[in-house]
Amino acid sequence: MSYIIDRRLNGKHKSSVNRQRFLRRYREHIRKAVEEAVNERSIKDLDRGEKITIPQKDIHEPTFGHGVGGKGSIVHPGNKEFSTGDRIPKPRGGGAGGAGNGDASNTGEGEDDFVFQISQEEFLDYVFEDLALPNLLKKELKEIKEYSLKHAGIVSDGTPSKLNIVRSMRNAYARRIVMSGGARRQLKEVEGEIERLMALDVSLRDQVRMAELEEQVALLEQKIARTPFLDTYDLRYNHHIKEPKPSSQAVMFCVMDVSGSMTQETKNIAKRFFILLYLFLRRNYEKIDVVFIRHHTSAKEVTEEEFFYSRETGGTIVSSALTLMDKIIADRYPSDAWNIYAAQASDGDNWDDDSTTCRKILEDSIVDKVQYFTYIEITPREHQSLWYSYEQVQNAHPKYFSMRHITDVGDIYPVFRDLFQRRQNESSGQ
Amino acid sequence: MSQAASKAKRHFLSEGPEWSFELVQKYEQEIGKIAKEFGLDTYPNQIEIISSEQMMDAYASVGMPLGYHHWSYGKQFLEVEQNYKRGRMGLAYEIVINSSPCIAYLMEENNMMMQALVISHACYGHNSFFKGNYLFKTWTDATAIIDYLVFAKKYVQECEEKYGIEEVELTLDSCHALMNFGVDRYKRPVPLSAEEERSRQEERERVLQQQVNDLWRTIPTLDKEEAAIRKERIFPSEPQENLLYFLEKHAPLLRPWQRELIRIVRKMAQYFYPQRQTQVMNEGWASFWHYTLMNTLYDKGLVDDGFILEFLQSHTSVVYQPGFDSPYYSGINPYALGFAMYSDIKRMCEKPTEEDRRWFPDIVDKNWLEVLDFAMRNFKDESFILQYLSPKLMREFRFFGMENDVLDPFVEVKEIHNDEGYQKLRERLSQQYNLSYREPNIQVQRVNINEDRSLVLRHVMDGDRPLNEDTVEVMKHFRRLWGFEVRLESWGKEGLVQTYTCGQED
Repeated sequence: MSYIIDRRLNGKHKSSVNRQRFLRRYREHIRKAVEEAVNERSIKDLDRGEKITIPQKDIHEPTFGHGVGGKGSIVHPGNKEFSTGDRIPKPRGGGAGGAGNGDASNTGEGEDDFVFQISQEEFLDYVFEDLALPNLLKKELKEIKEYSLKHAGIVSDGTPSKLNIVRSMRNAYARRIVMSGGARRQLKEVEGEIERLMALDVSLRDQVRMAELEEQVALLEQKIARTPFLDTYDLRYNHHIKEPKPSSQAVMFCVMDVSGSMTQETKNIAKRFFILLYLFLRRNYEKIDVVFIRHHTSAKEVTEEEFFYSRETGGTIVSSALTLMDKIIADRYPSDAWNIYAAQASDGDNWDDDSTTCRKILEDSIVDKVQYFTYIEITPREHQSLWYSYEQVQNAHPKYFSMRHITDVGDIYPVFRDLFQRRQNESSGQ
Repeated sequence: MSQAASKAKRHFLSEGPEWSFELVQKYEQEIGKIAKEFGLDTYPNQIEIISSEQMMDAYASVGMPLGYHHWSYGKQFLEVEQNYKRGRMGLAYEIVINSSPCIAYLMEENNMMMQALVISHACYGHNSFFKGNYLFKTWTDATAIIDYLVFAKKYVQECEEKYGIEEVELTLDSCHALMNFGVDRYKRPVPLSAEEERSRQEERERVLQQQVNDLWRTIPTLDKEEAAIRKERIFPSEPQENLLYFLEKHAPLLRPWQRELIRIVRKMAQYFYPQRQTQVMNEGWASFWHYTLMNTLYDKGLVDDGFILEFLQSHTSVVYQPGFDSPYYSGINPYALGFAMYSDIKRMCEKPTEEDRRWFPDIVDKNWLEVLDFAMRNFKDESFILQYLSPKLMREFRFFGMENDVLDPFVEVKEIHNDEGYQKLRERLSQQYNLSYREPNIQVQRVNINEDRSLVLRHVMDGDRPLNEDTVEVMKHFRRLWGFEVRLESWGKEGLVQTYTCGQED
């Protein structure tokens, strides 16, 4: 008659498909909001959910209904002073006012924008949508050094440490049933006969037969007891196979010019760019090391704090940083075990004859080792020699080296998207 | 403490706010017993305990336990979720589904008193209304709805797999825009049966297409007479009020699966049609019965003072009616009006005044249970108010009626709660619940079958009220389904007032 059912254990995300449909439909709005958020948010909280606002008019589901105008009629409760025939002036500019078409109270809410929250995960999904790390495949296929063991079923051979007890005992049990089956059936028959004989009067019993039967029982019981409890061919072992494990660790080099010409604002732009790259890498790799290298006339590996905030002056020799980077790679991050990404930010200043050296270092030793090297030049001015040297590197190694020009904060995200845009041949794998 | 008191205490069904499955069952049985004594006739009950997240899910799918996927439900969900998280709104205490067995959701966060309240309200109040009211009996089939929802969900999913989510979504969007115009208001519909839907769906596809082809046949006929008749033919022969039905049967370019989608939306509209017309009656009835049942529990000594006080507190807030000038006012509270009306009918049966004898000679001194039962079964909001709203209640609610003409800088108070006003005031309030007053009257007038296949919709204006700003958008949806030019004409008393045209697809 009445049933009470506990449904709490049922899934609670029944609406998630519909929610996804909604997000898909308003993708453009969300993307725009995400883009603005990436540019506006303070650097520290780039990594959280986002409030998305969509204008009500874009989201409204239209239906036929009555508009404002014509003759309306309505009954309200709570009369205090009105009597029949009273004429009440309409509020100015309010159109139908309180006595409109019955929905006067709702009109105030009608203009609100539709606001909802997307999670951190979804936010980053939108931030990095359609982006891909270039050359991801290289490390997965080449020079695999690491292996992991993986379950590969059950085998009848193996070392005792891999004995699968449940499976072995199950086999033994089955074997015992089969092997002793005949004996047990016979035993049952013999015992039945003994019982029949016992039921007879003592004088009528065939004593010889009785003795014979008892002997048989003893024999059969012995036979059953002789069936081994566990035999070698019952044993089963877990089987493992070695599987090559793609390297899932990456190192990210942040290289920045901290000479006197770099202002705090330029550094902030660089920092945003570095953080975007870091978040993006984190979505692809389990473990990420970040190495900060700053340089003016000489380069130094520093902590994050020092990297972004300490002030330096002096000239600029970019090659010093590249040399240091190459050294660090050689010392700590062998390129067959690590995926190496590098991002360099600078305002383009360099000692004139140093730019050629930079190109040489890049082409000779670095480009071969890295997954991807990005260079961003943050300057409102004309490009200088460094840019042109790097352009040559880009032309020679378009797959591993990219460079872009940024003038203000608003450029960061578009440039980032541009640098990591999924390439046509990338998805199919080389 | 006296012995009698401690003895009575042992009869309480529960103490303290905690609920458990045993307690819910105990309460349900006791409430069911009392309901039976009052003669409430219900479908079997299926009470489901759910969490607040699940309640939000249920909310977002118009209360249905399952439905086809559509972005608009996702929108609804986000809206509910956002409001709930910000504490702008509490979740409803209950959702109940017009089905057999009648499914009611209890939220795990509620205390025992609330669970008992919801059981009385939903499992006995709403449930008996679903089973008894003529609109529900005529327009819905409680035993089939869940099966039909399963069918619909599967069908939509299959369409998405075959024709792509985008395509299906576009068609559904258009159907939703016209959903309120997918019901036969004046014709008794065929009850919906899931079994039949499934078995005949394929056949229907074929037959439907055949009919459409007949209508749009362009092969010249040899018989001159027949050709002349064809030329003269007016189609449709009568204006059609059910726009979705018309599109399903006659739109020339729709594919069979699209017709089936229209049908699904149409059936859903039909299912909800009675609910839109019986809000006051339905909520009033459920409130009246939760009030009566809970008080009987107390009178029988099954619940303690704290329980009933807590109940009264939440009951009072449910049936509270703020005045028109209150910041909390958002129209007439259907719970308040309905509850007051049923209670008032009971009062008039039991303790009529002179005024009641004059106004309601046929119900005074009758058995209140019978009178109430009759009132529940045979009316919708509009007729219920017209029939039973008493002068006493109009005074208590301090109702007043106003008219507003857009050309007049003043609004006029037409009548208030006095002897001259009662009749007219009641009519005015009743009209407010008339669907054909609330929604514009739009019908398919004419199709130009021999030439450009354009279609004319006619809107007959009521009190010179024009259509809203959505009209152009809705016309686009209509056009998408129809496939050819659509024109909408608004006709006032003096003739054509406004025309909307939706031609080439942009």
